[in-house]
Amino acid sequence: MTPLPPLFQDWFASRGWAIHPHQQQMLDQAAAPALMLIAPTGGGKTLAGFLPSLIELANRQHDGLHTLYVSPLKALAADIKRNLRTPVAEMDLPIRIEDRTGDTSYTQKRRQRADPPHILLTTPESLALLTSYEDAPHIFKGLQRIIVDEIHALAESKRGDQLMLALSRLQTLAPDLRRVGLSATVEDPDAIASELARHPDPCAIIHADPGPDPDIQMLITQEKPPWAGGGAKYAIPAVLDEVKKHKTTLIFHNTRAQAEIFFHNLWLANTDDLPIGIHHGSLSREQRERVEAAMVTGDLRAIVCTGSLDLGIDWGDVDLVIQVGAPKNVKRLVQRIGRANHRYNAPSKALLVPANRFEVVECVAALEAVKEHDLDGDPKGPGPRDVLCQHILITACAGPFDANQLYQEIKTVGAYRTLSRAAFDDCLDFCATGGYALRAYDKWKRLLQTADEQWQLRDPRAAQRIRMNIGTIQDTDTLKVRMKGNFKPLGEVEEAFAATLTPGDTFLIGGQVVRYENLKEMTVEVSRRGDKTPKIATFMGTKFANSTQLSQRILRMFDQPEWPELPAHTAEWLGLQRQHSKLPEADRILVETFPHESRHHICAYGFAGRNAMQTLGMLVTQRMEELNLHPMGFVATDYATLVWGLDPVDDPAPLFQPDNMRADFETWLSGNAVMKKTFRGAATIAGLIERNLPQARKSGRQATFSSDILYDTLSKYDPDHLMMRITREEAMRGLVDFGRIEEMLSRTAGQIDHVKLDRVTPLSLPMFLEQGRIAVAGAGQDRLLEEQAARLMEEARVASL
Amino acid sequence: MNAYHFNFCNTACVALPTGALHLPAHDVLCVSDLHLGKSERIARRSGVMLPPYEVVETLQKLETDIAATNPAQVICLGDSFDDLDAAGSLDEDMRLWLARLQAGKTWVWIEGNHDPGPIDLGGTHRSEITIGTLTFRHIATPEVAEISGHYHPKHRVTGRSRPAFLYDDQRLIMPAYGAYTGGLASHAPDLRKLFGARTIAIMTGQKAIPVPLP
Repeated sequence: MTPLPPLFQDWFASRGWAIHPHQQQMLDQAAAPALMLIAPTGGGKTLAGFLPSLIELANRQHDGLHTLYVSPLKALAADIKRNLRTPVAEMDLPIRIEDRTGDTSYTQKRRQRADPPHILLTTPESLALLTSYEDAPHIFKGLQRIIVDEIHALAESKRGDQLMLALSRLQTLAPDLRRVGLSATVEDPDAIASELARHPDPCAIIHADPGPDPDIQMLITQEKPPWAGGGAKYAIPAVLDEVKKHKTTLIFHNTRAQAEIFFHNLWLANTDDLPIGIHHGSLSREQRERVEAAMVTGDLRAIVCTGSLDLGIDWGDVDLVIQVGAPKNVKRLVQRIGRANHRYNAPSKALLVPANRFEVVECVAALEAVKEHDLDGDPKGPGPRDVLCQHILITACAGPFDANQLYQEIKTVGAYRTLSRAAFDDCLDFCATGGYALRAYDKWKRLLQTADEQWQLRDPRAAQRIRMNIGTIQDTDTLKVRMKGNFKPLGEVEEAFAATLTPGDTFLIGGQVVRYENLKEMTVEVSRRGDKTPKIATFMGTKFANSTQLSQRILRMFDQPEWPELPAHTAEWLGLQRQHSKLPEADRILVETFPHESRHHICAYGFAGRNAMQTLGMLVTQRMEELNLHPMGFVATDYATLVWGLDPVDDPAPLFQPDNMRADFETWLSGNAVMKKTFRGAATIAGLIERNLPQARKSGRQATFSSDILYDTLSKYDPDHLMMRITREEAMRGLVDFGRIEEMLSRTAGQIDHVKLDRVTPLSLPMFLEQGRIAVAGAGQDRLLEEQAARLMEEARVASL
Repeated sequence: MNAYHFNFCNTACVALPTGALHLPAHDVLCVSDLHLGKSERIARRSGVMLPPYEVVETLQKLETDIAATNPAQVICLGDSFDDLDAAGSLDEDMRLWLARLQAGKTWVWIEGNHDPGPIDLGGTHRSEITIGTLTFRHIATPEVAEISGHYHPKHRVTGRSRPAFLYDDQRLIMPAYGAYTGGLASHAPDLRKLFGARTIAIMTGQKAIPVPLP
């Protein structure tokens, strides 16, 4: 056992603390090349990570950077800096601590490169940027430790892959570097540990005492949940009661739009004027910071929030977490619940609020999963190649490199350990020449090979543009929203949403109803509006798909003869479905057909999650179109797809046959909007599309053109281009989620139960109220445009002009 | 037939769904803002290498339109090349293709703001040209009975916005014909102020569809 040095012992004693067992273990194994700690929030996790650094720096003189701390949030870096200052000041340690994020000033950043602090707190993107400088070897010389905080959150996205690639670079610059990961509870710690360690190094995992099980229940209200929708407006009085009973409540929502609507309704009912704030990623930084500050000082009784508050910032005395809407994913729920009660031995308290009748079932299933410690998650694929392309460009910015060495270095990254030399060369070729079948850029290659076989930028000035576009965060194009005549932005909306607005439309942002006035220099100008209900209630937001594990739990529940664990209204509803039709079974696809309001409906229960069910809708309607069955549209939820059309479908089974579906998928995929969206993401990360230009767009005159054009051109002239291959692979896993369809097809093995009915069934009822109906495109849409144009021409009486 | 027939300043015009304009009475085909060589120029200036297929794509489209209308004269209404260097560094096979398209036709390059000077590619080079009562130039002027390009107008009714012709009783502005071209929304003040109250947008796409501008 490594004893605490006396200075530290005294400091612990002066605070009345004893060192936690996991802190001691971290100290004992401080020499390990890689180490991961899994601890709940509030378990002294940060100190456990930093303790070895503080002791090493207290003991001996260290020149330059000793420890690098990386977290997914800028705010977290600032928070940690504040927290670390206490022990450093109280023990009078000779340690300089600084943070470096997108918000750090230019002069401060320059100074940090010339004279790095002992401990630097930063984000993956800022770190990647640091490694792109020619003086990177100087900055990182002598680096001893890197602490990756909230590694479970980073590991889920490309930000984690970028970070681990940067780490491989750092390891070359500072061979003694030891890696430490700090994680919340996850379903597969070994997977994250193997991504953290330098391949093939082992990585020890230390588990802190997880503390007592959370006290988690479903909120039971007087009023029944509605049949559909995500607002949970019915629960507002009950939620307000809970807020009153507790000191500070976090109210989590799955999407920003839902958070906005709930916050708005909460305030309409908040007759006691309880201080309640809102926090989500679309709000302006000033607004978020104001809420964060009020939270820290304990001025707020509740915060309505989204995932932007998921991560481990210490918000003080949260004693209740409310999750509105089914959690969709048990692991995320557990991590959110961990936000309450930071006292180490008190159980976290949480309430689930189902937004509609089906979510009652989902919430009960999630509660059971939490009780059984059954976390979910999908295994991650190999390291993404668009991130690799960006890494190659970043490497080139720092100076000439040797391809063999770089390849060997990249193979030490866990996620890229199986990367073949051919795949690496593909990425290098893409960075150097564009990688096109038509070798058009001989004169303007981005990377050139010098006489000694080193690769370097053809034009060193390109480094500036590459650096400006570092990062893998996929922000959809957003436009700032501000009050007319006021400079300060209120927040952001997606460009696609802004495009649907006409002057006079009202919508919610930052909890207030505003009126759309006009679009000025890429900013949405609005005016204040006293209306109680906005005309357009929602802007788009990502919807999570139910995890496979949660879907399977629900299917098992359906199999029960009765449901004592469900509220009576929900149990009765399922009973009615069993009586009139059937309940879906895990190893069969249930397909109901029935007429409703002069349309013929097909409802298929596949339980493959929202994205996959949406894809299923596209495939089925495409086949129906071919068979002249005139599909008109469809809507998808996590568990079912409802299709409507002009003609009855007597035998729907062939529509859902695996072979048909796989064949249809191939033809459908190429022209798909989801593919274009995925392409845009990958092409931006890989450096084919620049997100930031040296001169930002100033006038309304658009110089840029849509990335869709690039996608169309490539699929026509160069369908096997690297970017097209990456797009395909990603879409299969992501928005298209054909993987989940494959899971459904193999689970049900072509067994389809067709139930023919004369009216809407109980289980399909919510589908009729679901938002996000999709009209079937194709010939229909052109006809619609033509008809509308003709009508407008007629109205304007200008047909003869 | 997917083209749209209309009358502009007493001249019979046909808007092709591709964005080309055919004047059958004068045997003229007009296209604007081809921006050939855009990917080459972007690579040269920024290092970003876009799919180098926009020249093929644009010439393919032009070849089809020329074959369908068989005009005596072709007018390229400016910004035919993304800049003069882009014109100079066109691939040999692309130059040959252009030469094939030009064979037997009067070919007029109107100068644009991107390509303000003669190009070494056959055809005549003009700052503007008048045919019948109509004047063709790159950027709109107060003068009337004018056909111009430059603004890359786009218009939206339902769904996505599409490149569109805009015209009233005095002027017509052509959509950009090139594959890699963005656009300016028809309601943008810079564009809208050039037109009167009764203005028609002809949307391009599968079919040329007229719609009044609000």
